[in-house]
Amino acid sequence: MTSHSKKDRLIMAGLFIAIIATLLISLNMGTMRVTPAEVFQTLIGNGSEQNQLILFDFRLPRMIIALLIGAGMGISGAILQSVTHNELADPGILGINSGAGFAVVLFIYLTHNNPVSTVFVLPLTALVGAVLAAVLIYSISWKNGVTPIRLILVGIGINAAFSALIIVFQLRMDPDNFTQATIWLSGNISGTDWSYTLALLPWILILLPFTIYKASTLDALNLGDETAQGLGAAVEKERMLLLLAAVALAGASVSVGGAIAFLGLVTPHLARKLVGVRHRHSLITTALLGALLLLAADTIGRNILSPSEIPVGLVVSLLGGGYFVYLLMKS
Amino acid sequence: MAIGTQQKNRHNSRPVVAGLILTFGLVLLIISMALSILYGAADIDLLTIWQSLTQYDPAQSAHQIIRNLRIPRGLAAALIGAALAVSGAIMQGMTRNALASPSIMGVTAGAGFMMAVAMAINSQPSTLTMMLWAFAGAGLGAGIVFGVGSISKSGLTPVKLALAGTAVTSMLSALSSGITIHFNIAKDLSFWYAGGVASVQWIHVQLLAPVMIIGLILSLFLAKSITVLNLGDDVAKGLGQQTILVKVIAIIVVLLLTGAAVSVAGTIGFIGLVIPHITRFLVGVNYRWIIPGSAILGALLLVLADTASRMINPPFETPVGTVTALVGVPFFLYLARKEGRGL
Repeated sequence: MTSHSKKDRLIMAGLFIAIIATLLISLNMGTMRVTPAEVFQTLIGNGSEQNQLILFDFRLPRMIIALLIGAGMGISGAILQSVTHNELADPGILGINSGAGFAVVLFIYLTHNNPVSTVFVLPLTALVGAVLAAVLIYSISWKNGVTPIRLILVGIGINAAFSALIIVFQLRMDPDNFTQATIWLSGNISGTDWSYTLALLPWILILLPFTIYKASTLDALNLGDETAQGLGAAVEKERMLLLLAAVALAGASVSVGGAIAFLGLVTPHLARKLVGVRHRHSLITTALLGALLLLAADTIGRNILSPSEIPVGLVVSLLGGGYFVYLLMKS
Repeated sequence: MAIGTQQKNRHNSRPVVAGLILTFGLVLLIISMALSILYGAADIDLLTIWQSLTQYDPAQSAHQIIRNLRIPRGLAAALIGAALAVSGAIMQGMTRNALASPSIMGVTAGAGFMMAVAMAINSQPSTLTMMLWAFAGAGLGAGIVFGVGSISKSGLTPVKLALAGTAVTSMLSALSSGITIHFNIAKDLSFWYAGGVASVQWIHVQLLAPVMIIGLILSLFLAKSITVLNLGDDVAKGLGQQTILVKVIAIIVVLLLTGAAVSVAGTIGFIGLVIPHITRFLVGVNYRWIIPGSAILGALLLVLADTASRMINPPFETPVGTVTALVGVPFFLYLARKEGRGL
């Protein structure tokens, strides 16, 4: 047991170091090259004005956003998989992403994309959409309580409905708005600045520790409702709290980064493969892994075909999917 | 057989309801296919339709429309709807996962990937070429998923199959998005990929029908084994089932059905995921009823949705996938609330 948790700590420490390393590498890579020495000089305050602009106003906020979204989506997926007892659950398949997407598409359609207001209003709209989807799913599945299977089934239905509505409204848009909506829907963190980072930060700072604090409850819920009750968990209340946390994390992440597919599904699995099913360790590992995966994917997407960018969602799928397939074959 | 009977009682299979649904579903399917031939952008009366069948006159454009457009389209819609729904039922039964659908076997993503490759090589492919590429892609996708699932040391478990499928699907989709962006063929490809059954011709039906009919017949033979497999691998083995053999055949059936459907109609979501659930709500958990029920309800939904997609905004067509979702979701939610039980 002790050797086990020692191994887990090593893995977590390794991930943390990998994140720091990727951060440093990512800082000096990009269309404008900044050498490691210059990065260091700029970080301690002696950089040129141009380097300061590149690092502090363009790269750093974007990288921090990647870390926050990666951790948020990963934890959201981990909660949903445990609460629904389904390894295929994630914010996407349960309709939270498409609820946010629908709100954004509807907003662009109705306002004809007034560019000044949308920069700050779009994330808020997306959050409203995500919460709306979650409220719909929860209230429709409520019948003397909520069962995991009903939650999943209703989630599938809501997801299908919102996805269909997205297409209906998208087809009625003019090409410019259509393109803007498509970019948003495929997940994109290229236009971020500090205001987004600051908007997302409190969600992650509050909900991440909350979820980790609830790790033992998640362990209990994962064993099934009766067992959890037997272990003294107030199943219905805890489940609602945790679902709320999952929705808020996914909603906040999606509202800033768009619907980055696959991240919420794959990171909890990778974490479980690395440190096992106990949530106290797997949740922390999930957050670290999600942050690392999205940061690495964004760094690659930004640089490999520079100056044009590969959408980060595609790189996440290739990196995460590839590693996951490798783990599946190995296990 | 004693175990089978116990199973029925415990899980509440409903053969009477199932029989009624099969009969009425079939009648409704025939009516709706007639409707789908009757309604369209061009107004054609019943008499002309009858004449086009009995005294075909190629000089008349109405006869041409009926014979060469609407009849193959109706037939294709029915076949594809049935194929997708049955593959979904098999996938959910085999993996014991309510979120499984034919697309997570890598079939759809594989077809999309190969279509992207085909378009990147030759920007003006013929219908037949695209169909063959798509079918090859479907095989490739399923092959990779199955390979990954079975290479691992602990062997092929349903959950592993579903997970491998999800991972491979998302990688293949990412690759095809990359190709479409790089070669700037996103719009052309979306025409194939989100195709629906609007541009179906007889050649499609002729290629589609044999594959699908073989697949559907095989799936009926599989039904009993899937019911047993759905109790879990250990139970199935205990009952003397050769689980590996059943899974391999089941995957081949899914590949045949979905591959053929995708290569003609692109991705039509929702049917493969939701029709099996609706059928299960109605007829209970015995796959001997779920599979034929899914076939009929899937065919019915796609034929109706395709007809509606022509009538909502004529002469434009609304994507059939959205119509199936918008028609099916309210009913699905109602059933999920009312029954809400597992697999």
